Amino acid sequence: MLEFSILLPAILNGLTIGAIYALIALGLTLIYGVLHIINFAHGSLLMLALYGVFFLHSLFGIDPYLALPVVGIALFGIGYGLQRFVIGHAGHGRDENILLVTLGLSVIIENLALYLWRADTRTIETPYSFETLDFGIAFIAVPKAVAFAGALLVAALLWLLMTRTDLGRAIRALAKERQGAKLVGINVEHIFAMSFGIGCACLGVAACLLLPSFYVSPQVGHAFVLVAFTVVVLGGMGSFVGALLGGLIIGVTESLGGLFFGESLGQLGIFLIFIIVLLFRPTGLLGQKA
Amino acid sequence: MIKTPRVSRRHFLAGTAAAAGVAGFPGILKAQPRTIKVGVLHPVTGPIAPSGQQCRLGAKLAIDTINANGGIASMGGAKLEPIYADAQSKPDVGAAEVEKLNEAGVSAIIGPFASGIALATTQAAAKHNIPHIVDVGVVDQVVTRGLTNTFRFGPGLSKIVDSAMENLVALNNQAGKPVKTVMIVHEESAFGAGMAKTLNEKLPALGFEVLETIPHANPTRDFNNIALKVKGRNPDLLIPSNYYNEFVLLARTLRQQKIRPKAVYAILGGAASQYRFVKEFPDAAEFIMDCNHWFDPRNPVALELKKKVEAEKAFFSYEVFLNYECVRLLADALERAKSTDRAAVTHALASSGWSNHFMPYGPTKFVNGQNQGAAPVNTQILQKDIKVIFPKDFANAKPVFPAPKA
Amino acid sequence: MRTPTLRTFWAILIFALVLLPLPLLVRSEFWLTWATLALFYAYLGQAWNLLGGYGGQFSFGHALFFGTGAYCTAVLQIHVGVNAWAGFVVAAVAAGIVGAATGWLVFRYGLRGSYFALVTLAFAEVFRILANSFAFTGAGVGLLVPLMPGAWQMQFETKAGFFWLLLVLVIACLLLTWWLQNARFGARLMAVRENEDAARALGVDPFNTKLLAIIASGAIAGSAGAVYVQLFLYIDPGIAYGPSMSIEALLVPIIGGLGTVFGPVLGAFALHTIAEIGRLVFGEAPGLNLVLYGVLLVLMVLFLPNGLFGLGRFGFGLRRYFKRGGANA
Repeated sequence: MLEFSILLPAILNGLTIGAIYALIALGLTLIYGVLHIINFAHGSLLMLALYGVFFLHSLFGIDPYLALPVVGIALFGIGYGLQRFVIGHAGHGRDENILLVTLGLSVIIENLALYLWRADTRTIETPYSFETLDFGIAFIAVPKAVAFAGALLVAALLWLLMTRTDLGRAIRALAKERQGAKLVGINVEHIFAMSFGIGCACLGVAACLLLPSFYVSPQVGHAFVLVAFTVVVLGGMGSFVGALLGGLIIGVTESLGGLFFGESLGQLGIFLIFIIVLLFRPTGLLGQKA
Repeated sequence: MIKTPRVSRRHFLAGTAAAAGVAGFPGILKAQPRTIKVGVLHPVTGPIAPSGQQCRLGAKLAIDTINANGGIASMGGAKLEPIYADAQSKPDVGAAEVEKLNEAGVSAIIGPFASGIALATTQAAAKHNIPHIVDVGVVDQVVTRGLTNTFRFGPGLSKIVDSAMENLVALNNQAGKPVKTVMIVHEESAFGAGMAKTLNEKLPALGFEVLETIPHANPTRDFNNIALKVKGRNPDLLIPSNYYNEFVLLARTLRQQKIRPKAVYAILGGAASQYRFVKEFPDAAEFIMDCNHWFDPRNPVALELKKKVEAEKAFFSYEVFLNYECVRLLADALERAKSTDRAAVTHALASSGWSNHFMPYGPTKFVNGQNQGAAPVNTQILQKDIKVIFPKDFANAKPVFPAPKA
Repeated sequence: MRTPTLRTFWAILIFALVLLPLPLLVRSEFWLTWATLALFYAYLGQAWNLLGGYGGQFSFGHALFFGTGAYCTAVLQIHVGVNAWAGFVVAAVAAGIVGAATGWLVFRYGLRGSYFALVTLAFAEVFRILANSFAFTGAGVGLLVPLMPGAWQMQFETKAGFFWLLLVLVIACLLLTWWLQNARFGARLMAVRENEDAARALGVDPFNTKLLAIIASGAIAGSAGAVYVQLFLYIDPGIAYGPSMSIEALLVPIIGGLGTVFGPVLGAFALHTIAEIGRLVFGEAPGLNLVLYGVLLVLMVLFLPNGLFGLGRFGFGLRRYFKRGGANA
């Protein structure tokens, strides 16, 4: 039995959780779109960013939202370094090697975190953790509303970066035509690393916006990786607006699926959408033909 | 942060030496040892590592204490030598680790927290006649398969649900039956799903109406939908049964959505009996009740141990104290067996009548591997502390039921 | 072409002769268990290698087949009382059918590369959620197969029994891949791997070729699931359809040497050795053992891009011959 009164709040709620998915997927879609890498380490890097936010808060009392520039830049650096010095050298012209290397990296990062910080779940409490906005039909927790706005902003910024800057143009050129980009003098390795770095920086932002309403543990990345891939595919690989739209759609699907079919079986909706999009429109909603 | 027990080169060498030597010199192991090897097998990596690491801490503290107090007296003060093994949260790895422990020559194995792993490890241990003390592993089948080497100190799932129901009825009657309708929110793996099934069979017979049963995945990223459903149904009582992370998110979301049932009555609630939860979310935690493994709050040994664990900057959770007591149960058996021989230790465990522990179980008595006195107790979070409210013999606070309106 | 082919056959024979008496020589149950598990993952990897190594179709969701096989025998055994050996056969058939169904759908719509990888992953997840939701699969509780010791129920009383069973299966797969390398079907499959359009121009039907490969690969992975169930007597949705089995299935052949006869076997033993070293060195420091595992994995990819088998080829000067044998052109 379903009351109409919880339908609207469920949709609203799906949008806020979808925004988080979009945030995480934004970085992934950039990496996927440019480097054509299935980045298995994406979840572990998110976890690393979340720990960054956690320790900045618990050791230095820095508010997660204020930690944003620090974590964002740190993650950019990590991403740049990983691509430039590890992943970039692993390919040897074979995709499966890249896959293995990101898999290996995720095992390393995850277990290093387990060793250093133990397996415990950590949470932070901020003054606004329990604050809610009353929308009349529903309460939306403040951290979730902030994350929603953040996702829109990050998507817009990325879009600007990609269309209005030389860096963005170089990245897009590289995504489309690797050989051609090389010929016109684009430093391929540098641009690849920049893309990976920016993708990771998005994770840093996502972590800052996520932690006030979530938790961190060495395993936390697993909760988001598959969904993020779904969002990327649905939106179209490499498309930021697509990722944003995809995130929101997946969020609402999950929310309504949970409402109609139960939280457990309702997860099916995500993967069915995923499979259907892959079969019938593999370029996604807004992706370009490969 | 806790210092992880360091690898001692001696342990490492002893392990491999035994592994290499078993085939050639079986006789040597029979000689009177200076140490008694004990397998401490838990999932200290992988998804359930948080619990596994707590378990290992409990076992380690017990072994250190026993050794510091002179070891096993009847065996000339022989010390317990822990051999730590990691099941990596997987049954197959757990079973393989049992083989390794077997070759290292352990006299007994303690572990492995999760039921799924316990099913595999007890079976593997049975092949080598290694006595296996199950620390938690609540699923009933752990002890109903006729394995004579398996001993579970704590209660099984059926017993826990039975006690939870009995106590709930008693609480409700005491308060003038304020609770009539119930909603169940449970995680979908073995323990939560099994629990929900039993609850749905039992609650109606006891006069409660189950409005809805909501399973959820691990991990669940967002509990707002479930909170909305709870809000819509407005049950008198909410029964959650989930792991720590999900419980925390659920409690937090209920608070954000300003949902307050008359009572939240967890059964093996992931967080409701965890000091970490109480410390980190005191407001969301207040008045939540739980039916779970818990120590006798008046026992000085337990309170001393609690201080010790907190001094290690860890939380005193059921994983810690159950493993602590499982080691002591083994020590008692070794004391009586006067031997490291597995059959002798198994025999001593089977005839165990140990009463010097701090669990509210009474003297141990194993029938088909299950400690008959083992039972959960009801706790409630009151004024930022976890108090025992039921049964009366062990209670150190009066229940606040139903919870006061905000 | 004839000589190298026979050499691979002799290599398989030597492999069999060396490993067959192992349980009689190695008294250590631990090492026997270790070898048995390595053989198990080798077998799973061999299944993956058929489709991924020879067909170039990288599945991220081989747990789909493994889990189907595992559930199939467990359900039949528990609810219907079917014998485990019969269950083994049914498991292979059922997983083959699942392979046919997904393959038909996925190849029909021309999914390749990372799209194929992601869609297999999604299918495995769908099955995991379904297994989690129905009573006959035990839902989240999982299924506990009753203990019925005896070779008749595939529950060997000694580890040696499982070792020999898996060894026979692995050898059968070695022979199958050896045959594949020289058979018409294998040539077609590898042509599809190298370039689908070119293969089509040569008169190969890529759809049928890939479909056959995914059916065979699925059936073998399904039979691996059936063995797993008898070995551990317990299955739940996470073990059956979770990503860790899928990852294990692809790691083994890629590390060992993609599209080679001995790659999966080599990879499985190498990975299990590495894991064991990690546990021995850092056994009491949870996490560090797996860090070491990850580091070695990354180093191997950085410095052995063609898998261990690439090393072997280099080391024993067999390079030219394997190239001509079509191993990894």
